[in-house]
Amino acid sequence: MNKILIVAQKEFRDGLRNRWTSAITVIFILISLGLAYFGSATAGVLGFSSLESTLVSLASLCVMLIPLIALMLAYNCFVGELEQGTLLLLMTYPLSNAQLLLGKFTGQAAIITLASVLGFGLPAIIICLVSDVDVASVLTAFSQFIVLASLLGWVFIALAYIISLSVTEKSKAAGLALIVWFLFVLVFDLVLMAILVASEGNISETIVPFLLWVNPADVFRILVYTIIGAESYSGVLQIAEHGADGTVYLFLVMMLWVVLPLLCSWWIFNKKELSE
Amino acid sequence: MNDIAVDLNQVCKYYPNVNALHPLTMSVKSGEVLGLFGHNGAGKSTLMKLILGILKPSTGSVSALGHCPRSNQAHNYRTQFGYLPENVSFYEHLSGREVLYYLAKLKGHNKTQADRLLEEVNLAPAADRAVKTYSKGMRQRLGLAQAFLGSPKLLILDEPTVGLDPVATQDFYLTVDRLKSGGCAVILCSHVLPGVEHHIDRAMILSKGRKLALGPLAELREAANLPIEVSVSGLTRSVIETKMKGIITESDWLQSSSQGALHNRFNSAAENKLNILRNLSSEENLQDLHIKLPSLEDLYRYYLSDFNNTAI
Repeated sequence: MNKILIVAQKEFRDGLRNRWTSAITVIFILISLGLAYFGSATAGVLGFSSLESTLVSLASLCVMLIPLIALMLAYNCFVGELEQGTLLLLMTYPLSNAQLLLGKFTGQAAIITLASVLGFGLPAIIICLVSDVDVASVLTAFSQFIVLASLLGWVFIALAYIISLSVTEKSKAAGLALIVWFLFVLVFDLVLMAILVASEGNISETIVPFLLWVNPADVFRILVYTIIGAESYSGVLQIAEHGADGTVYLFLVMMLWVVLPLLCSWWIFNKKELSE
Repeated sequence: MNDIAVDLNQVCKYYPNVNALHPLTMSVKSGEVLGLFGHNGAGKSTLMKLILGILKPSTGSVSALGHCPRSNQAHNYRTQFGYLPENVSFYEHLSGREVLYYLAKLKGHNKTQADRLLEEVNLAPAADRAVKTYSKGMRQRLGLAQAFLGSPKLLILDEPTVGLDPVATQDFYLTVDRLKSGGCAVILCSHVLPGVEHHIDRAMILSKGRKLALGPLAELREAANLPIEVSVSGLTRSVIETKMKGIITESDWLQSSSQGALHNRFNSAAENKLNILRNLSSEENLQDLHIKLPSLEDLYRYYLSDFNNTAI
C-alpha cells in the first residue's frame, strides 16, 4: 500500500513539474468561462444565461478534450520508462507489477482530478460571484460535473496504460493513443447512428440504449444530461431516452470502464518480459 | 542461514530465433564474488536477468536468496537485491538526489542513507543537478549508489566500472570487498577488465550461451597451463641460454629478443618458474627479472579459442 503511494507521489510531482497539471487546469478554466459567457451569443446575449446550456456545451467539448488530454498524459507512462531503461531497474526493486501500475494510476488520476477541481471549480465560483444565479444549484451541478469529468479522465488513463504496456516504442504508443481517441470520440457515434439508420428500426428498442454503454464517452454525456435534468438530448444520445439511463447503473458502468482496462493492463504487464 | 545465494539448475533460455542460454547449472555462495566474462551476446545479461526474475527461464529452475525470483511474492525478497544494469539510466529531469531518494523509498530506506551513499560515490557536489547534465561516469556512480542501497545480500553488477575513473574504480572495489565480507554474494559481469582479478573468487567464462569454464582463477590457470612470460635485463641471450639449458628452446624467445641485446623476453611453462628464478638470480650481471603470469585476458582468450576449435 505504502509503495503505491510512493509511486503515486512521484507521478503526481512529475505532473506538477512538467506543467501538465497547470496546462490542463488553464484549459478547463478557459473553456468553462468561455462557454458560460459566450454560450448564448447565438441568441444575441452575452453573459451567463443558463446553467443547463452552459453544462451541455461544456460536456460536448469535454467529451472530446478530456479523453485526448488523459491519453496524452498517460500513453508514455510505461513505454517511456521502458525506452529510458528505468522500468528494467524498477522491476528489480521490491515492488510488484500491481503496485507500480496502481501507483502510476493513482498519481496520474490525481493530476486529472486536481485539474478538474480547479479548472471547473474556479469558474463555478466566478459565475456565482458575477452573475445573479442560484448559488446552490450552480455549485451542485458543477461539483457533479467535476466528478464525472475526473471519472472520464481516469477511464482514458487506464485505456492509455493498455497501449503503453503493449508496445515497445513511444511513437507507436502515441499513434495508437490517437487512434483510440478517434474511435471512441468520433467514429463510435457515427457507426452507431449508421447501424440504427440502416437497420430501419429492426433492432430491439430495449437493447439499443445499452449499445451506448460500450463507449465511456457517451456514458459520460448521458450522465451529465441526467444530472442537470436536460430536456432535450442531442444527436445519438436521443436513443438513451428510451431507458438505460439510470444514474447509478451508468455510474457503475463508468467505474467498470476504469477497472477493466486496469485489469487488462495488469494482465499484459505480468505477461511481459523485458528482454531489452 | 542458507549458504547458497544463487542456484541455477539446468537453466536455459530460448528465444524464437536464438538460444540465449544453453542448459546451465551453477551456484554462488554468500560472501563470494563471481566474475562473469564473455563478449557481447554471450548470454551474460540474460543470465543476470534470469537470476533477478526479469526473464522467465524456458526450462530449469532458478533460486535467488532461497526463493524463486518469478514467484508472486518475489518482490518482497527483492529488498535484498542490488542491481546495476548495463548502460544505467534514470529520470533525466530529476536531480541525482531526487532519483536516489525515490529509489531508496521504494526499497524502504530513509534519506540519510541515500545522502550517505551519494557522499560515498563522490556525487554529493553534483547531487542537486538534473541527471540529464550528468556525464557517463556520474550516471554510473549514481547507478552504483542505488545498487548499494540497504546493504544487499545479492549484488548483480553489469559492467560496473565502465566510465569510472581509476580512483572511483578503486573505491568501487573497496565497497565490493566490504559487502562481500558482510556475506553479500556478488556477480560481477564484465568484458575482461584489468584489475578485476584480485577481487573475484571464481570466474565463469560464457560464450554464445554456453559455459566454457567455471572455477577459481588459480584452477583455471592451472587447467589452461598457459606459459609465463619472463623479462630479463642485464643478460644477453646466449648467457641465458647456457644457464637454462633444456628449459628454453628456440621458439620460446619473444620477438624483441636479438643476439647481444641486454633486454630479453621469453616464454616458459609455468612449472619452470622457480627453476628460472633460481638459475638466473645467481648471475652477477642480472639487473632485473620480471615474471608475468598469464592474465585474466590471456585465460579468457585461451578458453574462447579452445571452445572455437572444439566447436568446429
